[in-house]
Amino acid sequence: MKKEFNIIANFLEKNSKVLDVGCGDGELMKYINENITKDIRGLEISKSNVQKCIEKGLTVIEGDAEKDLKQFPESSFDYVVLSQTLQAFLDPENVISELLRVGKKAIVTIPNFGYWKVRIHLLLQGTMPITKNLPNEWYNTPNLHMCTIKDFVNFCNKKNIKINSSNLSYKNLFSQLGIFLIEK
Amino acid sequence: MNNIEKVKRLIIDKPLKLDCGQTISNFPLAYETYGKLNAKKDNAILAFHALTGDQFVSGINPITNKEGWWNYAVGPGKAIDTQKYFVICANVISGCMGSYGPSNINPKTNKIFGTEFPVITINDMVNAQYHLLEFFKIEKLFSVVGGSMGGMQVLQFVSNFPDKSHTAIPIACTASHSAQNIALNELGRQSIMADHNWSNGFYEENKKSPDKGLAVARMAAHITYLSKKGLQEKFGRKLQERDDLNFSFDADFQIESYLRYQGSVFVDRFDANSYLYITRAMDYFDLTKQFDGNLSRAFEKSNTKFFIISFTSDWLYPTSENREIVIALNSIGKDVGFVEIISDKGHDSFLLDVPDFLNTIKNFLNTSYNKLNEKRI
Repeated sequence: MKKEFNIIANFLEKNSKVLDVGCGDGELMKYINENITKDIRGLEISKSNVQKCIEKGLTVIEGDAEKDLKQFPESSFDYVVLSQTLQAFLDPENVISELLRVGKKAIVTIPNFGYWKVRIHLLLQGTMPITKNLPNEWYNTPNLHMCTIKDFVNFCNKKNIKINSSNLSYKNLFSQLGIFLIEK
Repeated sequence: MNNIEKVKRLIIDKPLKLDCGQTISNFPLAYETYGKLNAKKDNAILAFHALTGDQFVSGINPITNKEGWWNYAVGPGKAIDTQKYFVICANVISGCMGSYGPSNINPKTNKIFGTEFPVITINDMVNAQYHLLEFFKIEKLFSVVGGSMGGMQVLQFVSNFPDKSHTAIPIACTASHSAQNIALNELGRQSIMADHNWSNGFYEENKKSPDKGLAVARMAAHITYLSKKGLQEKFGRKLQERDDLNFSFDADFQIESYLRYQGSVFVDRFDANSYLYITRAMDYFDLTKQFDGNLSRAFEKSNTKFFIISFTSDWLYPTSENREIVIALNSIGKDVGFVEIISDKGHDSFLLDVPDFLNTIKNFLNTSYNKLNEKRI
Protein backbone atom coordinates (compact mmCIF):
# COMPACT_ATOMS: atom_id res chain seq x y z
CA MET A 1 0.00 0.00 0.00
CA LYS A 2 1.17 3.50 -0.76
CA LYS A 3 2.62 5.35 2.23
CA GLU A 4 0.43 8.28 1.21
CA PHE A 5 -2.72 6.24 1.91
CA ASN A 6 -1.53 5.52 5.41
CA ILE A 7 -0.97 9.18 6.17
CA ILE A 8 -4.36 10.18 4.72
CA ALA A 9 -6.12 7.40 6.63
CA ASN A 10 -4.51 8.61 9.85
CA PHE A 11 -6.04 12.05 9.38
CA LEU A 12 -9.55 10.58 9.24
CA GLU A 13 -11.72 10.01 12.26
CA LYS A 14 -13.35 6.62 12.69
CA ASN A 15 -16.84 6.31 11.18
CA SER A 16 -16.74 9.78 9.67
CA LYS A 17 -18.38 10.59 6.35
CA VAL A 18 -15.86 10.84 3.52
CA LEU A 19 -15.87 11.82 -0.15
CA ASP A 20 -12.88 10.83 -2.27
CA VAL A 21 -12.69 13.24 -5.18
CA GLY A 22 -10.90 11.72 -8.15
CA CYS A 23 -10.92 8.35 -6.44
CA GLY A 24 -9.26 6.56 -9.36
CA ASP A 25 -9.55 2.79 -9.24
CA GLY A 26 -10.74 2.96 -5.63
CA GLU A 27 -7.58 1.64 -3.88
CA LEU A 28 -7.59 4.42 -1.27
CA MET A 29 -11.36 4.16 -0.80
CA LYS A 30 -11.08 0.44 -0.33
CA TYR A 31 -8.44 0.89 2.34
CA ILE A 32 -10.48 3.54 4.14
CA ASN A 33 -13.65 1.46 3.76
CA GLU A 34 -11.99 -1.55 5.35
CA ASN A 35 -10.16 0.27 8.11
CA ILE A 36 -11.68 3.63 8.95
CA THR A 37 -15.26 4.16 7.84
CA LYS A 38 -17.95 2.49 5.74
CA ASP A 39 -19.48 5.86 4.98
CA ILE A 40 -17.28 6.67 2.03
CA ARG A 41 -17.99 7.37 -1.59
CA GLY A 42 -16.01 8.48 -4.59
CA LEU A 43 -16.28 10.81 -7.54
CA GLU A 44 -14.37 9.70 -10.61
CA ILE A 45 -14.20 10.96 -14.18
CA SER A 46 -12.84 7.85 -15.89
CA LYS A 47 -15.39 5.21 -16.85
CA SER A 48 -12.93 2.35 -16.60
CA ASN A 49 -11.94 3.46 -13.11
CA VAL A 50 -15.62 3.72 -12.15
CA GLN A 51 -16.01 0.08 -13.20
CA LYS A 52 -13.00 -0.90 -11.06
CA CYS A 53 -14.57 0.81 -8.05
CA ILE A 54 -17.87 -0.99 -8.59
CA GLU A 55 -16.01 -4.29 -8.78
CA LYS A 56 -14.57 -3.49 -5.35
CA GLY A 57 -18.10 -2.90 -4.07
CA LEU A 58 -17.52 0.81 -3.54
CA THR A 59 -20.07 3.56 -4.02
CA VAL A 60 -18.90 5.75 -6.86
CA ILE A 61 -20.40 8.50 -8.95
CA GLU A 62 -19.11 9.10 -12.44
CA GLY A 63 -18.48 12.80 -12.70
CA ASP A 64 -16.10 15.70 -13.05
CA ALA A 65 -14.90 17.37 -9.86
CA GLU A 66 -14.81 20.76 -11.60
CA LYS A 67 -18.52 20.58 -12.40
CA ASP A 68 -20.11 17.97 -10.20
CA LEU A 69 -19.10 19.01 -6.69
CA LYS A 70 -21.82 21.65 -7.01
CA GLN A 71 -24.55 19.08 -6.36
CA PHE A 72 -23.37 18.32 -2.84
CA PRO A 73 -24.73 20.53 -0.11
CA GLU A 74 -22.54 22.52 2.26
CA SER A 75 -20.66 20.51 4.90
CA SER A 76 -22.24 17.28 3.71
CA PHE A 77 -19.04 15.34 4.40
CA ASP A 78 -16.71 15.31 7.39
CA TYR A 79 -13.74 14.94 5.07
CA VAL A 80 -13.21 15.43 1.38
CA VAL A 81 -10.04 13.84 0.02
CA LEU A 82 -8.23 15.04 -3.09
CA SER A 83 -5.26 12.88 -3.80
CA GLN A 84 -2.71 14.15 -6.32
CA THR A 85 -5.15 15.59 -8.81
CA LEU A 86 -5.27 19.26 -7.85
CA GLN A 87 -2.62 20.20 -10.39
CA ALA A 88 -4.64 18.63 -13.22
CA PHE A 89 -7.70 20.87 -12.85
CA LEU A 90 -8.39 23.88 -15.04
CA ASP A 91 -9.30 25.94 -12.01
CA PRO A 92 -7.66 24.53 -8.86
CA GLU A 93 -8.58 27.59 -6.83
CA ASN A 94 -12.27 26.91 -7.42
CA VAL A 95 -11.85 23.20 -6.71
CA ILE A 96 -10.24 23.96 -3.34
CA SER A 97 -13.05 26.30 -2.42
CA GLU A 98 -15.61 23.65 -3.44
CA LEU A 99 -13.79 21.02 -1.38
CA LEU A 100 -13.97 23.27 1.66
CA ARG A 101 -17.64 24.02 1.03
CA VAL A 102 -18.69 20.38 0.66
CA GLY A 103 -16.40 19.03 3.39
CA LYS A 104 -15.92 20.26 6.91
CA LYS A 105 -12.28 19.45 6.34
CA ALA A 106 -10.31 18.59 3.24
CA ILE A 107 -7.21 16.48 2.74
CA VAL A 108 -5.20 17.56 -0.26
CA THR A 109 -2.06 15.96 -1.57
CA ILE A 110 0.18 17.48 -4.22
CA PRO A 111 3.28 16.33 -6.05
CA ASN A 112 5.93 18.80 -4.90
CA PHE A 113 7.61 20.71 -7.71
CA GLY A 114 10.06 22.05 -5.16
CA TYR A 115 11.56 18.62 -4.45
CA TRP A 116 15.36 18.79 -4.80
CA LYS A 117 15.53 16.24 -7.59
CA VAL A 118 13.05 18.27 -9.59
CA ARG A 119 15.07 21.41 -8.99
CA ILE A 120 18.34 19.71 -9.93
CA HIS A 121 16.79 18.24 -13.06
CA LEU A 122 15.71 21.63 -14.32
CA LEU A 123 18.94 23.30 -13.24
CA LEU A 124 21.35 20.81 -14.76
CA GLN A 125 19.46 19.32 -17.67
CA GLY A 126 17.51 22.40 -18.64
CA THR A 127 14.45 20.31 -19.52
CA MET A 128 11.12 19.82 -17.75
CA PRO A 129 11.65 17.47 -14.81
CA ILE A 130 10.53 13.85 -14.97
CA THR A 131 10.36 11.95 -11.70
CA LYS A 132 8.44 9.06 -10.16
CA ASN A 133 5.56 11.36 -9.22
CA LEU A 134 5.80 13.40 -12.42
CA PRO A 135 6.34 10.74 -15.06
CA ASN A 136 5.08 12.56 -18.17
CA GLU A 137 6.74 14.74 -20.77
CA TRP A 138 5.74 18.41 -20.94
CA TYR A 139 3.66 17.74 -24.07
CA ASN A 140 1.53 14.95 -22.67
CA THR A 141 1.31 15.71 -18.98
CA PRO A 142 -2.20 16.11 -17.54
CA ASN A 143 -0.70 18.52 -15.00
CA LEU A 144 -1.66 22.10 -15.79
CA HIS A 145 -0.89 23.83 -12.51
CA MET A 146 2.22 22.47 -10.87
CA CYS A 147 3.14 23.99 -7.54
CA THR A 148 5.55 23.48 -4.69
CA ILE A 149 4.75 22.81 -1.06
CA LYS A 150 5.73 26.40 -0.34
CA ASP A 151 3.37 27.64 -3.06
CA PHE A 152 0.50 25.70 -1.55
CA VAL A 153 1.22 26.98 1.94
CA ASN A 154 1.37 30.54 0.60
CA PHE A 155 -1.89 30.00 -1.25
CA CYS A 156 -3.62 28.81 1.93
CA ASN A 157 -2.32 31.79 3.88
CA LYS A 158 -3.51 34.18 1.21
CA LYS A 159 -6.98 32.60 1.11
CA ASN A 160 -7.30 32.33 4.89
CA ILE A 161 -7.38 28.56 4.74
CA LYS A 162 -6.15 26.89 7.90
CA ILE A 163 -3.57 24.15 7.51
CA ASN A 164 -4.27 21.88 10.44
CA SER A 165 -1.68 19.36 9.82
CA SER A 166 0.70 18.18 7.19
CA ASN A 167 3.23 15.45 6.80
CA LEU A 168 6.01 17.95 6.63
CA SER A 169 7.49 20.72 8.63
CA TYR A 170 8.63 22.78 5.73
CA LYS A 171 10.25 20.05 3.77
CA ASN A 172 9.83 21.90 0.53
CA LEU A 173 13.20 20.69 -0.61
CA PHE A 174 13.09 17.09 0.54
CA SER A 175 9.53 15.86 0.02
CA GLN A 176 8.19 14.44 -3.19
CA LEU A 177 4.68 14.83 -1.92
CA GLY A 178 2.83 17.36 0.22
CA ILE A 179 -0.13 16.12 2.26
CA PHE A 180 -2.31 18.75 3.92
CA LEU A 181 -5.33 18.69 6.18
CA ILE A 182 -7.05 22.00 5.61
CA GLU A 183 -10.21 23.79 6.69
CA LYS A 184 -11.82 27.16 6.30
CA MET B 1 -52.48 -15.68 -27.40
CA ASN B 2 -54.47 -18.70 -26.35
CA ASN B 3 -52.38 -19.44 -23.31
CA ILE B 4 -53.30 -16.14 -21.71
CA GLU B 5 -55.51 -17.88 -19.17
CA LYS B 6 -52.49 -19.81 -17.91
CA VAL B 7 -50.67 -16.79 -16.55
CA LYS B 8 -50.34 -16.34 -12.79
CA ARG B 9 -52.69 -13.75 -11.45
CA LEU B 10 -53.09 -12.09 -8.12
CA ILE B 11 -56.60 -10.78 -7.59
CA ILE B 12 -56.34 -7.53 -5.69
CA ASP B 13 -59.54 -7.20 -3.73
CA LYS B 14 -58.51 -4.11 -1.82
CA PRO B 15 -59.84 -1.00 -3.57
CA LEU B 16 -57.16 1.03 -5.32
CA LYS B 17 -57.79 4.72 -5.66
CA LEU B 18 -56.34 5.86 -8.97
CA ASP B 19 -54.83 9.27 -9.71
CA CYS B 20 -57.66 9.97 -12.14
CA GLY B 21 -60.10 9.82 -9.23
CA GLN B 22 -61.72 6.46 -9.98
CA THR B 23 -61.37 3.46 -7.70
CA ILE B 24 -60.83 -0.07 -8.93
CA SER B 25 -61.15 -3.26 -6.91
CA ASN B 26 -61.11 -7.03 -7.44
CA PHE B 27 -58.81 -6.62 -10.35
CA PRO B 28 -56.18 -9.04 -11.66
CA LEU B 29 -52.46 -8.40 -11.60
CA ALA B 30 -50.56 -10.90 -13.71
CA TYR B 31 -47.06 -11.75 -12.51
CA GLU B 32 -44.24 -14.23 -12.87
CA THR B 33 -41.40 -15.21 -10.57
CA TYR B 34 -37.92 -16.63 -11.10
CA GLY B 35 -35.65 -18.29 -8.56
CA LYS B 36 -36.59 -19.06 -4.97
CA LEU B 37 -37.54 -16.84 -2.09
CA ASN B 38 -35.17 -17.85 0.72
CA ALA B 39 -36.24 -18.56 4.30
CA LYS B 40 -35.18 -15.09 5.53
CA LYS B 41 -37.12 -13.56 2.62
CA ASP B 42 -34.28 -11.13 2.05
CA ASN B 43 -33.42 -11.99 -1.55
CA ALA B 44 -36.44 -10.64 -3.43
CA ILE B 45 -36.01 -8.29 -6.38
CA LEU B 46 -38.99 -6.59 -7.96
CA ALA B 47 -38.31 -5.91 -11.63
CA PHE B 48 -40.46 -3.41 -13.51
CA HIS B 49 -41.00 -3.72 -17.23
CA ALA B 50 -40.89 -1.00 -19.86
CA LEU B 51 -43.61 0.15 -22.29
CA THR B 52 -43.92 -3.01 -24.34
CA GLY B 53 -42.60 -5.52 -21.82
CA ASP B 54 -44.52 -7.92 -19.64
CA GLN B 55 -44.05 -10.17 -16.62
CA PHE B 56 -42.02 -12.74 -18.57
CA VAL B 57 -38.56 -11.41 -17.83
CA SER B 58 -36.41 -14.45 -18.45
CA GLY B 59 -36.44 -17.75 -20.26
CA ILE B 60 -39.13 -18.34 -22.88
CA ASN B 61 -42.30 -16.29 -22.73
CA PRO B 62 -45.04 -18.98 -22.78
CA ILE B 63 -47.48 -16.72 -24.60
CA THR B 64 -45.28 -15.48 -27.42
CA ASN B 65 -42.79 -18.37 -27.37
CA LYS B 66 -40.02 -15.78 -27.64
CA GLU B 67 -37.24 -14.96 -25.21
CA GLY B 68 -38.17 -12.93 -22.15
CA TRP B 69 -37.45 -9.20 -22.49
CA TRP B 70 -34.56 -9.21 -20.03
CA ASN B 71 -33.12 -12.58 -20.81
CA TYR B 72 -29.62 -11.12 -21.07
CA ALA B 73 -29.72 -9.80 -17.53
CA VAL B 74 -31.94 -12.18 -15.58
CA GLY B 75 -31.46 -15.93 -15.20
CA PRO B 76 -29.29 -18.55 -13.55
CA GLY B 77 -25.71 -17.26 -13.31
CA LYS B 78 -26.59 -14.00 -15.05
CA ALA B 79 -26.22 -10.41 -13.77
CA ILE B 80 -29.43 -10.76 -11.78
CA ASP B 81 -28.74 -14.32 -10.76
CA THR B 82 -31.91 -16.31 -10.19
CA GLN B 83 -29.92 -18.98 -8.37
CA LYS B 84 -29.32 -16.37 -5.73
CA TYR B 85 -32.23 -13.94 -5.99
CA PHE B 86 -35.99 -14.29 -6.21
CA VAL B 87 -37.14 -12.09 -9.08
CA ILE B 88 -40.75 -10.97 -9.28
CA CYS B 89 -42.20 -9.10 -12.22
CA ALA B 90 -45.78 -8.03 -12.82
CA ASN B 91 -47.55 -6.93 -15.95
CA VAL B 92 -48.46 -3.28 -15.33
CA ILE B 93 -52.12 -2.46 -14.96
CA SER B 94 -53.49 -1.31 -18.32
CA GLY B 95 -51.11 -3.83 -19.90
CA CYS B 96 -52.22 -6.72 -22.07
CA MET B 97 -50.56 -9.80 -20.62
CA GLY B 98 -53.20 -10.71 -18.08
CA SER B 99 -53.33 -7.65 -15.82
CA TYR B 100 -56.36 -5.43 -15.56
CA GLY B 101 -56.53 -3.42 -18.76
CA PRO B 102 -58.64 -1.96 -21.56
CA SER B 103 -59.38 -5.38 -23.07
CA ASN B 104 -61.02 -6.56 -19.82
CA ILE B 105 -64.78 -6.54 -19.29
CA ASN B 106 -66.19 -3.41 -17.75
CA PRO B 107 -68.34 -4.72 -14.86
CA LYS B 108 -70.70 -1.79 -15.27
CA THR B 109 -71.55 -2.40 -18.91
CA ASN B 110 -70.54 -6.06 -19.31
CA LYS B 111 -68.71 -4.96 -22.42
CA ILE B 112 -65.01 -4.68 -23.12
CA PHE B 113 -63.65 -1.49 -21.56
CA GLY B 114 -61.86 -0.11 -24.61
CA THR B 115 -61.22 3.57 -23.97
CA GLU B 116 -63.62 3.55 -21.05
CA PHE B 117 -60.85 2.00 -19.00
CA PRO B 118 -59.59 4.61 -16.51
CA VAL B 119 -56.38 6.45 -17.39
CA ILE B 120 -53.57 4.89 -15.38
CA THR B 121 -50.42 6.55 -14.04
CA ILE B 122 -47.00 5.22 -13.05
CA ASN B 123 -48.08 5.84 -9.46
CA ASP B 124 -51.13 3.62 -9.95
CA MET B 125 -49.01 0.87 -11.50
CA VAL B 126 -46.60 0.88 -8.58
CA ASN B 127 -49.34 0.97 -5.96
CA ALA B 128 -50.97 -2.06 -7.56
CA GLN B 129 -47.68 -3.97 -7.62
CA TYR B 130 -47.01 -3.22 -3.98
CA HIS B 131 -49.61 -5.90 -3.18
CA LEU B 132 -47.13 -8.49 -4.39
CA LEU B 133 -45.00 -7.82 -1.29
CA GLU B 134 -47.94 -8.58 0.93
CA PHE B 135 -48.83 -11.62 -1.14
CA PHE B 136 -45.34 -13.09 -0.77
CA LYS B 137 -45.09 -11.81 2.82
CA ILE B 138 -41.91 -9.91 2.02
CA GLU B 139 -41.16 -7.27 4.64
CA LYS B 140 -38.50 -5.55 2.58
CA LEU B 141 -37.28 -6.16 -0.94
CA PHE B 142 -33.60 -6.51 -1.60
CA SER B 143 -33.90 -4.43 -4.75
CA VAL B 144 -36.20 -2.72 -7.20
CA VAL B 145 -34.87 -2.52 -10.73
CA GLY B 146 -36.04 -1.47 -14.16
CA GLY B 147 -35.13 0.40 -17.31
CA SER B 148 -37.00 3.12 -19.20
CA MET B 149 -40.59 3.11 -17.91
CA GLY B 150 -39.39 0.39 -15.52
CA GLY B 151 -36.92 2.93 -14.13
CA MET B 152 -39.71 5.45 -13.62
CA GLN B 153 -41.54 2.81 -11.60
CA VAL B 154 -38.39 2.25 -9.53
CA LEU B 155 -38.29 5.96 -8.66
CA GLN B 156 -41.98 6.08 -7.88
CA PHE B 157 -41.78 2.90 -5.80
CA VAL B 158 -39.01 4.24 -3.56
CA SER B 159 -40.85 7.52 -3.22
CA ASN B 160 -44.12 5.81 -2.27
CA PHE B 161 -42.58 3.12 -0.09
CA PRO B 162 -39.37 4.61 1.26
CA ASP B 163 -38.47 1.72 3.56
CA LYS B 164 -39.48 -1.20 1.37
CA SER B 165 -36.33 -1.79 -0.63
CA HIS B 166 -32.69 -1.92 0.41
CA THR B 167 -31.43 -0.96 -3.03
CA ALA B 168 -32.79 0.57 -6.23
CA ILE B 169 -31.46 0.54 -9.78
CA PRO B 170 -33.21 2.97 -12.12
CA ILE B 171 -31.78 2.54 -15.61
CA ALA B 172 -31.99 4.81 -18.67
CA CYS B 173 -34.94 6.76 -17.35
CA THR B 174 -36.08 10.16 -16.23
CA ALA B 175 -37.90 11.73 -13.29
CA SER B 176 -40.04 13.77 -15.61
CA HIS B 177 -41.16 12.97 -19.15
CA SER B 178 -39.79 15.62 -21.50
CA ALA B 179 -41.63 17.42 -24.29
CA GLN B 180 -39.72 15.29 -26.77
CA ASN B 181 -40.79 12.09 -25.00
CA ILE B 182 -44.42 13.22 -25.01
CA ALA B 183 -44.21 14.24 -28.66
CA LEU B 184 -42.91 10.84 -29.69
CA ASN B 185 -45.60 9.05 -27.70
CA GLU B 186 -48.26 11.26 -29.21
CA LEU B 187 -47.01 10.33 -32.66
CA GLY B 188 -47.60 6.66 -31.81
CA ARG B 189 -51.03 7.29 -30.36
CA GLN B 190 -52.15 9.36 -33.32
CA SER B 191 -51.02 6.65 -35.66
CA ILE B 192 -53.20 4.10 -33.81
CA MET B 193 -56.16 6.45 -33.65
CA ALA B 194 -55.83 7.27 -37.34
CA ASP B 195 -56.34 3.61 -38.20
CA HIS B 196 -59.95 3.21 -39.27
CA ASN B 197 -60.16 -0.09 -37.41
CA TRP B 198 -59.47 1.61 -34.10
CA SER B 199 -63.16 2.65 -33.94
CA ASN B 200 -62.65 5.04 -31.03
CA GLY B 201 -61.15 2.23 -29.04
CA PHE B 202 -64.03 -0.22 -29.35
CA TYR B 203 -62.43 -2.36 -32.03
CA GLU B 204 -62.88 -5.61 -30.12
CA GLU B 205 -66.61 -5.45 -30.89
CA ASN B 206 -65.86 -5.34 -34.61
CA LYS B 207 -63.21 -8.06 -34.39
CA LYS B 208 -60.92 -5.86 -36.47
CA SER B 209 -57.93 -4.46 -34.65
CA PRO B 210 -55.97 -1.36 -35.72
CA ASP B 211 -52.91 -3.37 -36.69
CA LYS B 212 -51.59 -0.91 -39.24
CA GLY B 213 -51.74 2.00 -36.82
CA LEU B 214 -50.12 0.01 -34.05
CA ALA B 215 -47.41 -1.23 -36.40
CA VAL B 216 -46.55 2.33 -37.48
CA ALA B 217 -46.49 3.40 -33.82
CA ARG B 218 -44.04 0.59 -33.12
CA MET B 219 -41.89 1.44 -36.13
CA ALA B 220 -41.59 5.06 -35.06
CA ALA B 221 -40.87 4.13 -31.47
CA HIS B 222 -38.33 1.53 -32.51
CA ILE B 223 -36.23 4.22 -34.20
CA THR B 224 -36.09 6.12 -30.92
CA TYR B 225 -34.68 3.07 -29.15
CA LEU B 226 -31.66 2.93 -31.46
CA SER B 227 -28.82 5.34 -32.12
CA LYS B 228 -27.98 6.92 -35.43
CA LYS B 229 -24.57 5.27 -35.35
CA GLY B 230 -26.06 1.89 -34.49
CA LEU B 231 -28.54 2.11 -37.36
CA GLN B 232 -25.86 3.25 -39.79
CA GLU B 233 -23.51 0.44 -38.84
CA LYS B 234 -26.17 -2.25 -38.96
CA PHE B 235 -28.07 -1.15 -42.06
CA GLY B 236 -26.38 1.78 -43.75
CA ARG B 237 -27.93 2.05 -47.20
CA LYS B 238 -27.92 -1.69 -47.77
CA LEU B 239 -30.64 -2.91 -50.11
CA GLN B 240 -33.14 -5.60 -49.22
CA GLU B 241 -32.70 -8.69 -51.40
CA ARG B 242 -32.20 -6.72 -54.59
CA ASP B 243 -29.31 -5.38 -56.62
CA ASP B 244 -30.67 -1.96 -57.36
CA LEU B 245 -33.35 0.51 -56.40
CA ASN B 246 -36.79 -0.53 -57.51
CA PHE B 247 -38.17 2.92 -58.26
CA SER B 248 -41.24 2.11 -56.18
CA PHE B 249 -42.39 2.30 -52.59
CA ASP B 250 -41.47 -1.25 -51.72
CA ALA B 251 -39.03 -1.81 -48.91
CA ASP B 252 -35.93 -1.20 -51.03
CA PHE B 253 -33.69 -0.64 -48.04
CA GLN B 254 -32.94 -3.14 -45.33
CA ILE B 255 -33.85 -0.62 -42.66
CA GLU B 256 -37.34 -0.31 -44.16
CA SER B 257 -37.80 -4.03 -44.26
CA TYR B 258 -36.50 -4.34 -40.69
CA LEU B 259 -38.92 -1.72 -39.37
CA ARG B 260 -41.86 -3.25 -41.23
CA TYR B 261 -40.99 -6.59 -39.72
CA GLN B 262 -40.73 -5.08 -36.21
CA GLY B 263 -44.14 -3.49 -36.69
CA SER B 264 -45.78 -6.64 -37.98
CA VAL B 265 -44.56 -8.94 -35.19
CA PHE B 266 -45.47 -6.38 -32.55
CA VAL B 267 -49.17 -6.36 -33.41
CA ASP B 268 -49.32 -10.10 -32.75
CA ARG B 269 -48.40 -9.64 -29.13
CA PHE B 270 -49.58 -6.19 -28.16
CA ASP B 271 -52.92 -4.50 -27.76
CA ALA B 272 -53.42 -1.09 -29.36
CA ASN B 273 -55.44 0.35 -26.49
CA SER B 274 -52.84 -0.84 -23.97
CA TYR B 275 -50.29 1.05 -26.05
CA LEU B 276 -52.36 4.21 -25.71
CA TYR B 277 -52.79 3.79 -21.97
CA ILE B 278 -49.21 2.94 -21.13
CA THR B 279 -47.72 5.74 -23.22
CA ARG B 280 -50.13 8.11 -21.49
CA ALA B 281 -48.95 6.91 -18.09
CA MET B 282 -45.37 7.68 -19.13
CA ASP B 283 -46.32 11.14 -20.36
CA TYR B 284 -48.08 11.95 -17.12
CA PHE B 285 -45.02 10.92 -15.12
CA ASP B 286 -43.45 13.91 -13.40
CA LEU B 287 -42.05 12.94 -10.03
CA THR B 288 -40.50 16.37 -9.65
CA LYS B 289 -43.90 18.00 -9.95
CA GLN B 290 -45.38 15.55 -7.45
CA PHE B 291 -43.00 17.14 -4.95
CA ASP B 292 -43.59 20.77 -5.90
CA GLY B 293 -40.59 21.02 -8.16
CA ASN B 294 -38.09 19.57 -5.69
CA LEU B 295 -37.14 16.06 -6.76
CA SER B 296 -34.98 15.54 -3.68
CA ARG B 297 -38.07 15.56 -1.52
CA ALA B 298 -39.30 12.42 -3.31
CA PHE B 299 -36.49 10.49 -1.65
CA GLU B 300 -36.15 12.35 1.62
CA LYS B 301 -37.63 9.61 3.79
CA SER B 302 -35.78 6.80 2.13
CA ASN B 303 -32.53 5.07 3.05
CA THR B 304 -32.57 3.01 -0.11
CA LYS B 305 -29.16 2.71 -1.71
CA PHE B 306 -29.38 3.84 -5.34
CA PHE B 307 -27.36 2.98 -8.36
CA ILE B 308 -28.26 4.88 -11.51
CA ILE B 309 -27.15 3.83 -14.97
CA SER B 310 -27.36 5.65 -18.30
CA PHE B 311 -25.97 5.00 -21.77
CA THR B 312 -23.86 7.27 -23.97
CA SER B 313 -25.97 6.82 -27.12
CA ASP B 314 -29.40 6.95 -25.46
CA TRP B 315 -31.06 10.09 -26.79
CA LEU B 316 -34.52 9.17 -25.55
CA TYR B 317 -33.59 9.28 -21.86
CA PRO B 318 -30.16 10.89 -22.08
CA THR B 319 -27.48 10.89 -19.40
CA SER B 320 -28.33 14.46 -18.43
CA GLU B 321 -31.82 13.42 -17.31
CA ASN B 322 -30.49 10.43 -15.38
CA ARG B 323 -27.91 12.68 -13.79
CA GLU B 324 -30.65 14.94 -12.46
CA ILE B 325 -31.81 12.05 -10.30
CA VAL B 326 -28.24 11.59 -9.06
CA ILE B 327 -28.04 15.28 -8.23
CA ALA B 328 -31.37 15.21 -6.40
CA LEU B 329 -30.14 12.32 -4.25
CA ASN B 330 -26.70 13.80 -3.62
CA SER B 331 -28.12 17.12 -2.60
CA ILE B 332 -29.79 15.45 0.37
CA GLY B 333 -26.83 13.22 1.15
CA LYS B 334 -28.39 9.94 0.04
CA ASP B 335 -26.32 6.93 -0.92
CA VAL B 336 -26.11 6.96 -4.69
CA GLY B 337 -23.75 5.57 -7.30
CA PHE B 338 -23.84 6.48 -10.95
CA VAL B 339 -22.24 5.38 -14.17
CA GLU B 340 -22.75 6.17 -17.84
CA ILE B 341 -22.06 3.07 -19.91
CA ILE B 342 -20.44 3.43 -23.32
CA SER B 343 -22.68 1.79 -25.92
CA ASP B 344 -23.72 2.47 -29.51
CA LYS B 345 -26.96 0.58 -29.04
CA GLY B 346 -29.07 3.55 -28.00
CA HIS B 347 -31.84 3.40 -25.45
CA ASP B 348 -32.25 -0.32 -26.11
CA SER B 349 -28.80 -0.91 -24.56
CA PHE B 350 -30.38 -1.93 -21.27
CA LEU B 351 -32.14 -4.85 -22.97
CA LEU B 352 -29.10 -6.05 -24.89
CA ASP B 353 -25.84 -7.82 -24.30
CA VAL B 354 -23.74 -4.89 -23.09
CA PRO B 355 -21.09 -6.49 -20.85
CA ASP B 356 -20.08 -3.34 -18.91
CA PHE B 357 -23.71 -2.72 -18.08
CA LEU B 358 -24.45 -6.28 -17.02
CA ASN B 359 -21.26 -6.39 -14.92
CA THR B 360 -22.22 -3.16 -13.23
CA ILE B 361 -25.58 -4.55 -12.15
CA LYS B 362 -24.04 -7.82 -11.07
CA ASN B 363 -21.32 -6.17 -8.98
CA PHE B 364 -23.66 -3.67 -7.40
CA LEU B 365 -26.22 -6.30 -6.44
CA ASN B 366 -23.74 -8.86 -5.17
CA THR B 367 -21.65 -6.46 -3.10
CA SER B 368 -24.77 -4.80 -1.69
CA TYR B 369 -26.25 -8.16 -0.78
CA ASN B 370 -23.02 -9.26 0.91
CA LYS B 371 -22.84 -5.99 2.85
CA LEU B 372 -26.40 -6.41 4.09
CA ASN B 373 -25.58 -9.86 5.36
CA GLU B 374 -22.37 -8.62 7.01
CA LYS B 375 -24.39 -6.04 8.91
CA ARG B 376 -26.74 -8.68 10.24
CA ILE B 377 -23.88 -10.80 11.58
